[in-house]
Amino acid sequence: MSSPFDINGGACVAMVGKDCVAIACDLRLGMQALTVSNNFPKLFNFGPSTFLGLTGLATDVSTVSDLFRYKVNMYRLREERNIAPQTLANLVSSSLYEKRFGPFFVSPVVAGVNYTTGKPFICGFDSIGCIDFAKDFIVSGTASEQLFGTCEGLWEPDMSPDDLFETISQALLSAVDRDALSGWGAQVYIIEKDKVTKRLLKGRQD
Amino acid sequence: MTSLVNQQPHSEAIGYSFSQSTHAPNKQHSFYPYTDNGGSTLGITGADFAILAGDTRSVAGYNINSRYAPKVFKIGGDDETGEGAHILLSVVGFAADGHALKERLDAVVKMYKYQHGKPMSVRACAQRLSTILYQKRFFPYYVHAILAGLDEEGTGALYSYDPVGSYEREQCRAAGSAASLIMPFLDNQVNFKNQYIPGSGEGHALEPKKAGPLPRSTVEQLVRDAFTSAVERHIEVGDGLQMMVITANGIEEIYTPLKQD
Amino acid sequence: MTGFDFSNYNRNAALHARGVPLPKATSTGTTIVGCIFDNGVVIAADTRATSGPIVADKNCEKLHYIAPKIWCAGAGTAADTEFTTALISSNVELHSLSTGRDPRVITCMTMLKQHLFRYQGHIGAYLVVAGVDPTGVGLFTVHAHGSTDKLPYVTMGSGSLAAMSVFESTWKPNMNREEAVAICAEAIKAGIFNDLGSGSNVDVCVIENDKPTQLLRNYMKPNERGQKERDYRFPKGTTAYLNQKIISKEDMRKYISVEEASGDPNLMEVDS
Repeated sequence: MSSPFDINGGACVAMVGKDCVAIACDLRLGMQALTVSNNFPKLFNFGPSTFLGLTGLATDVSTVSDLFRYKVNMYRLREERNIAPQTLANLVSSSLYEKRFGPFFVSPVVAGVNYTTGKPFICGFDSIGCIDFAKDFIVSGTASEQLFGTCEGLWEPDMSPDDLFETISQALLSAVDRDALSGWGAQVYIIEKDKVTKRLLKGRQD
Repeated sequence: MTSLVNQQPHSEAIGYSFSQSTHAPNKQHSFYPYTDNGGSTLGITGADFAILAGDTRSVAGYNINSRYAPKVFKIGGDDETGEGAHILLSVVGFAADGHALKERLDAVVKMYKYQHGKPMSVRACAQRLSTILYQKRFFPYYVHAILAGLDEEGTGALYSYDPVGSYEREQCRAAGSAASLIMPFLDNQVNFKNQYIPGSGEGHALEPKKAGPLPRSTVEQLVRDAFTSAVERHIEVGDGLQMMVITANGIEEIYTPLKQD
Repeated sequence: MTGFDFSNYNRNAALHARGVPLPKATSTGTTIVGCIFDNGVVIAADTRATSGPIVADKNCEKLHYIAPKIWCAGAGTAADTEFTTALISSNVELHSLSTGRDPRVITCMTMLKQHLFRYQGHIGAYLVVAGVDPTGVGLFTVHAHGSTDKLPYVTMGSGSLAAMSVFESTWKPNMNREEAVAICAEAIKAGIFNDLGSGSNVDVCVIENDKPTQLLRNYMKPNERGQKERDYRFPKGTTAYLNQKIISKEDMRKYISVEEASGDPNLMEVDS
């Protein structure tokens, strides 16, 4: 019996560059080996330069993204400001741990540039909210092992937004091509302090 | 949604199925003939050489059995040192089976030379290895083998196998516990997968970057970088990197230390 | 006290009963140790977090703050050690505020064990609690089921046997600060090099009487990454993309409104 994490498939990766971050995901939605959709983005926007990536069981990806849309909107109404990536990370962590004994089957990734300090920030979580703070990159999804390999091999410190785009795209595309449950196109966001660039990658459709 | 979970026949009442049986079954004692000794191997070919590499760690669970247990062997050498060999074999998975397989293939290649008066070709050896593996179809050698050498034209040849003998000639292949980490990196850096020539067009019209045989120094660097990266992220890979380079001049062995944690 | 939400529990239990495996949590395979000395106590930890055989975090923090002079090293399920110590830290603070006294290590240890015992081992936190309080130096281990130990030197986690071998062979009574730090660091290194679940760096925390607590993050870094031999930057234009949209800061406002927050297809034309 396959794990709930492996039913729908999908991959997500975030990387740090010089004064920028990038977050990328594939576009596949499947049921076991059958591909149902090639337009199922797993990245969600929660502020001018704050993104949340969600991989895992698709029903939980939708539920959790909606839950955080609600929570982040409530935060913005109460605080009258946008949520910082660090704050979102702690919100995700405590919300997931609240369900310690009945978790959502998701592996979230947070990426953003802090709007007050201008510092890049990325982190990842397991399904019960343990935060993985990394200075280089975060991976999640069914292609996580492949992504660990490509990112560890290709990532270099202090990359410019253009370099970062090439590196994260190559790392993601090569990784999902070796995972049967991920792929079918990909989406990349390059986040800088005053600009976000979204690109749709050309990837194998098989 | 039916295929999400194994639908059992409606033997139980509607509701949440905590289908634990009320009586524990009799304890079954069993014999486990296999263990996983971890580690990873990697092979890449070039125009006039082939490289086979493997880490030298042997593990059992969370323990390290040995920090120097080679996984790459010379096949068909004249003596114990492997002098005069012209074929390389790497085995990863269950180390005891790997060793037995290597000994068997070594004997076969030697016997071939005594009986025919000429060294066995890599192509013939590759086919023979497949037969050896398939002979144990229902009690397999629990290994992922890679065979390397030079073909009749003198170009690098690499054959990779599954545990029951299905095999294929390839340009590059990673095997073992960190194969899933190394293989996509190799696709990208050896076969230039997903890379296009900048400025050659837009969107679908871009021209893919052509892959060709890489020079030996580049391949050696790629192998070392692939392993230092695998060591960072896989707990079963580490301690040392054993690299064997086969050229027309014979086999060269290069050892590089890796992280020991 | 924590208020767990069990709303997904029945769904997941039903799935589990039909053979779906439990989710793989990040576990701190871990070596953690503690050792008392003449004027205080030292705790130390490695910095590897694993998910199966994969290293999830190469430099995580396993030494947790409870109170200024009480710290905790955690092994087991990473999220459980993180949140259990945060909860107890919070309660210890409230307790010391209401009593007007400095918190005691034994109080903290008791709160931890009562919390963990209540959850019957389902909260997978294995802890080393150490600190200095008005009654003296305290060093305890707390297991996930709620049992505790009080010893002059302790080890826990998957590397506990490797680390204990260092203590059993070289520990002596009445050590000073330097000796205690050295033996703890050596014990962690034994775990790092001989246990696959442990790795990377050594973190040390020294809690001394009449002195501020010192957290020596990355006290030793015996596992620096091997230098890469090739440059892996790609020339600009290597990756093929079909579509791009640049959102400037002024425009960003409208992409985060209530209606459009999640993947509105109108934000960008995507040809599939």
